[in-house]
Amino acid sequence: MAAVSRGLISYLRNLSINPNRTISPSISTHFLRTFSSDALIDEGESGRIIKAEPRVMTPNSKRTGVIAVKCGMTALWDKWGARVPITVLWCDENIVSQVKTPEKEGITALQIGCGHKKEKHLTKPEVGHFRAQGVPLKRKLREFPVTEDALLPLGTQISVRHFVPGQYVDVTGITKGKGFQGVMKRHGFKGGPASHGASLSHRSPGSTGQRDAPGKVFKGKKMAGRMGGKQRTVKNVWVYKIEPARNLLWVRGQVPGNEGDFVFIKDAWYKKPDISTLPFPTYFSTEDEDESSLEPLVADLGETDPFMAAD
Amino acid sequence: MFTKSYGSLPASCKITKPGFFLGSHILSNRGITTSNVSQNSDPENASATPAPRIKFKRLDKTARHIMQILDREAVEEVRTQREIPDIRPGYIIQLRLEVPENKRRVSTVKGIVIARRNAGVNTTIRLRRMVAGVGIESLLPLYSPNVKEIEILDKKKVRRAKLYYLRDKMNALKK
Repeated sequence: MAAVSRGLISYLRNLSINPNRTISPSISTHFLRTFSSDALIDEGESGRIIKAEPRVMTPNSKRTGVIAVKCGMTALWDKWGARVPITVLWCDENIVSQVKTPEKEGITALQIGCGHKKEKHLTKPEVGHFRAQGVPLKRKLREFPVTEDALLPLGTQISVRHFVPGQYVDVTGITKGKGFQGVMKRHGFKGGPASHGASLSHRSPGSTGQRDAPGKVFKGKKMAGRMGGKQRTVKNVWVYKIEPARNLLWVRGQVPGNEGDFVFIKDAWYKKPDISTLPFPTYFSTEDEDESSLEPLVADLGETDPFMAAD
Repeated sequence: MFTKSYGSLPASCKITKPGFFLGSHILSNRGITTSNVSQNSDPENASATPAPRIKFKRLDKTARHIMQILDREAVEEVRTQREIPDIRPGYIIQLRLEVPENKRRVSTVKGIVIARRNAGVNTTIRLRRMVAGVGIESLLPLYSPNVKEIEILDKKKVRRAKLYYLRDKMNALKK
């Protein structure tokens, strides 16, 4: 039993009006949408087969990002004895869960899934999405817009080796929630004087506007309210170390969010990394390489001792 | 045997139970994945101790556990490289430090340990000493690569963990 759509009706009407005009058979199969439990194989329409092979990166191309879990912060000593504040990010089982192409969805993007989730903890629409794509159940999904030459086939695993130690990345995350905060903490106001007779206004915002003209408080006036819990991006974070055996990424400095929260890592926009060093579209591990035996890769800090060079 | 890359599956393959993929991950001893660790590790080791669980139900617990493991490994790595004796408050210690800012001169520092703060690889000790007639307290990380040698000269009997009372007593113990 076929579903008869509006498009099919108009097509039949066109046929009856000018029977000499021939329309390509792909359109007719498109209108006759039969029910089937198989995923639609559309190699006939778009003809796009995405291969998992390394390609050459151009200055205009954009790679995918990676979803990671923020584990915590420590400080390490680099090889010259200087202290480096470190955030550890765990790229837990990233996989391409959907490929969006201009023909079908109108944009070029890759939907990446991270983590693992049991079927009983996911809603039925989410389970249906994973089942339709043929991808294991993931905890977090996020779409990364890419250029056409950076598309990856469905189900490709993205490991930490997608990044190179020594490059800069932008890390996006939801910041820690601080609750209802006053105007001094939230917007950095100076507050009032601590003494000299200031009555009840040590931390208050002071004046909120003018008098009868305009006679109102402008929209967007900075006042007390809920602080934190928003998405923010920390830019130009330096990647210090990579451990491919456990999918861990050591970056320098802070990253938004609490421990156990998801963050999204992309190549830096302002301090662009050197194109030739990055694996494009992503790092494909060769067959003879054993992931668990690889040593952690540390960023190259240079040969000259920075402390001795101060002379 | 399922391979690691899911891109090799034909497009028309029907996956009825997506959870079926869990067993296909090739797990190593150092691998951390959120898919069933306990399921695969039981046939691996027939020894008495079960494999410690890495994955918890809450992601932040897993995150903290990962940090603990990394910390422990960092401490182990430093301990195998150089010998760091057990330092407690009340010990009189002599250290050979390499100060990178001072053109890497190796300086000897001798004093009494008045506090010890345990924090994994960032374990610090407070050392109190007399430098040119002035009492100076310095915080030193135990596992820093700049600390070249530690020698214990003497052990004093103290009944406290933090000996901040020594700041008032100027001559009692060797500072």
